[in-house]
Amino acid sequence: MNNIFVFCEIDEGKIADVSQELLTKGRSLANELKCNLEAIVIGSKLEGIESEIAPYGADTIFVADDKRLEFYLTLPFTTIIVDLFKKQQPQIALFGATSVGRDLGPRVSSALKSGLTADCTSLVIGNHEDKKEGKVYENLLYQIRPAFGGNIIATIINPDCRPQMATVREGVMKKEIINKNHKSKVVAIDVNKVVTDVDFAVEIIERHMEPRKIDIKKSQVIVSGGYGVGSRENFKLLYELAHVLGGEVGASRAAVDAGYVDHARQVGQTGVTVRPKLYIACGISGQVQHTAGMEESAMIISINTDPTAPITKIADYNITGDVSEVVPRLIEAYRKHSK
Amino acid sequence: MKGLKIIVLAKQVPDTRNVGKDAMKADGTVNRAALPAIFNPEDLNALEQALRIKDNYPGTTVTLLTMGPGRAAEIVREGMYRGADKGYLLTDRAFAGSDTLATSYAISCAIKKINFDLIIAGRQAIDGDTAQVGPQVAEKLGLPQVTYAEHVDKIVKNKITIQRRLERGIETVTAPLPCLITVNATAPECRPRNAKHLMKFKHAKTVTELQSAVEDYYKLHEDRPYLRIPELSVLDVEADTNWLGLAGSPTKVKAIENVVFAAKDAKQLTADQKDLDWLMGELVANHTLG
Ligand SMILES: Cc1cc2nc3c(=O)[nH]c(=O)nc-3n(C[C@H](O)[C@H](O)[C@H](O)COP(=O)(O)OP(=O)(O)OC[C@H]3O[C@@H](n4cnc5c(N)ncnc54)[C@H](O)[C@@H]3O)c2cc1C
Ligand SMILES: Nc1ncnc2c1ncn2[C@@H]1O[C@H](COP(=O)(O)O)[C@@H](O)[C@H]1O
Repeated sequence: MNNIFVFCEIDEGKIADVSQELLTKGRSLANELKCNLEAIVIGSKLEGIESEIAPYGADTIFVADDKRLEFYLTLPFTTIIVDLFKKQQPQIALFGATSVGRDLGPRVSSALKSGLTADCTSLVIGNHEDKKEGKVYENLLYQIRPAFGGNIIATIINPDCRPQMATVREGVMKKEIINKNHKSKVVAIDVNKVVTDVDFAVEIIERHMEPRKIDIKKSQVIVSGGYGVGSRENFKLLYELAHVLGGEVGASRAAVDAGYVDHARQVGQTGVTVRPKLYIACGISGQVQHTAGMEESAMIISINTDPTAPITKIADYNITGDVSEVVPRLIEAYRKHSK
Repeated sequence: MKGLKIIVLAKQVPDTRNVGKDAMKADGTVNRAALPAIFNPEDLNALEQALRIKDNYPGTTVTLLTMGPGRAAEIVREGMYRGADKGYLLTDRAFAGSDTLATSYAISCAIKKINFDLIIAGRQAIDGDTAQVGPQVAEKLGLPQVTYAEHVDKIVKNKITIQRRLERGIETVTAPLPCLITVNATAPECRPRNAKHLMKFKHAKTVTELQSAVEDYYKLHEDRPYLRIPELSVLDVEADTNWLGLAGSPTKVKAIENVVFAAKDAKQLTADQKDLDWLMGELVANHTLG
């Protein structure tokens, strides 16, 4: 009762990154609310799947394992979750904002007559005073999300209905193992007791999925490195910064040509065009062939030893300094400011 | 296969590419009056799928259903110009301020009053980007749903075959009729207005529009009943007002902040930890990060 649930999605036989990110967030929310973190995973051949969930600090893992559930199907997944939530009465339920989570979340919310907020970028616990009703609600989930084509940031709450439901995109929350030896209680769900034949009305007759590739275009934050990064070894710092900011690593052609990084990450005329919310150019001079692929970024930060490099003309913030010094300090600074 | 009765769910949305300062009201709801209103883009993809079924299965009828203020009748007409046979405007003060759950409840009540074999919605509306109303309407009507549809292959013996576009590939599924489909932007674009339909439906209007029109269309509407766009109220669809509007919406908007991106007058910073702490504080505060 009154716990936090994370729906753990299976992607290529593994727990999806987004679900592990939500478990990490869920764990810190549960600590704040002094309640349990619970996970639900649905699929086929799930023996041992706990080992991909427990390290993120789940207290209980509910497992629904059935060969008919190998691939996501709206109706049986909804039935299983609605049945579980009716019994467990969670206060918060989190789903990845994936094609699965965005199909499943609204269906579950409608069945439970509970509010759902899509694509949250931040989840925070806070109070709410309803002045009209003269009522104070404590410890609500603030579901913060951009709306209106990104022109506004709205804070949404569900004062009265439970669970408070939200979806979150991959890469928005940080993923962090709490304890690699953490043990969770595992509870098997008896699928046949819950689902019926009617739940299998929609049938999958064919699937063509491509393996996951690097695709930096979708990332809202890109930490990009140029020739000035100096080595493949130094690029590791950029991966670290990208990771803590929930972003991806990009590169200039000179960095790719020097073998510091793979071509799939090249930004520019002969690479990909990106428009993230934040582009951090590390040791990139800013030749037009490069800037053609990134100048529409909402915000650009340049880190360069040369205060007159061409990139400084299109950047919003210019940090004059050495990449290998500045990047670790940015990581430290970000950690101070984010919760 | 005989013809189908298809309902297309379409929403008139503020054009979020042109948002000004007065876009939001003090209570946190959208000030629609201050914004240009358009046919939600993915609902046009939905309409096209319905029209293609109509092309392939003669006898099919396509009915547009929209919930919104009086002016939303514009998109019903737009749908007719492109090939829809008729349309309804679900409109009532009691709907104002509805979140997705209350909206889907209202729409599902209206659908119960209309005969159908198939419901087609857009994947999501650009004002909220939630993609929730389609699945929630399906749930309220107890129907199977197929989201992210890109192509309807065929309909044989009350089974519809659909291709879905997922993050990394395509899935083909079959679903029994009746069911609800939501259509992606990657599906074929909607055909343009057709001159014949435009002539036929130019004076299609709701009663409210007839009353406020300068010209007198009453005689015309009496002769051509297909010109009437029926308005449906809470009473008409027998909806329970407890589940509508702000009161019927579990989600509330607690706060709204406008996003302001910094202008390009670059700030010069040093590599000192102090400068970098300040920068990260800025980026977190203005929501560029996390
Ligand atoms: C047909 C054609 C297509 C091209 N397509 C692309 C493309 O798609 N993408 C692309 O990126 N390029 C492309 N280029 C190449 C482009 O013209 C530039 O050569 C390239 O972008 C330069 O990369 P860079 O900025 O990393 O390297 P450089 O120009 O060598 O700049 C390195 C920068 O790092 C700074 N620096 C050095 N050491 C440090 C340090 N320790 N800390 C901080 N800063 C430091 C330097 O001051 C300098 O500004 C193309 C070129 C041609 C001719
Ligand atoms: N007010 C409305 N009237 C008719 N259809 C709607 C309305 N709101 C949403 N829809 C349908 O539901 C889809 C998803 O909307 P949303 O959940 O708001 O992103 C839209 O593309 C429409 O097809």
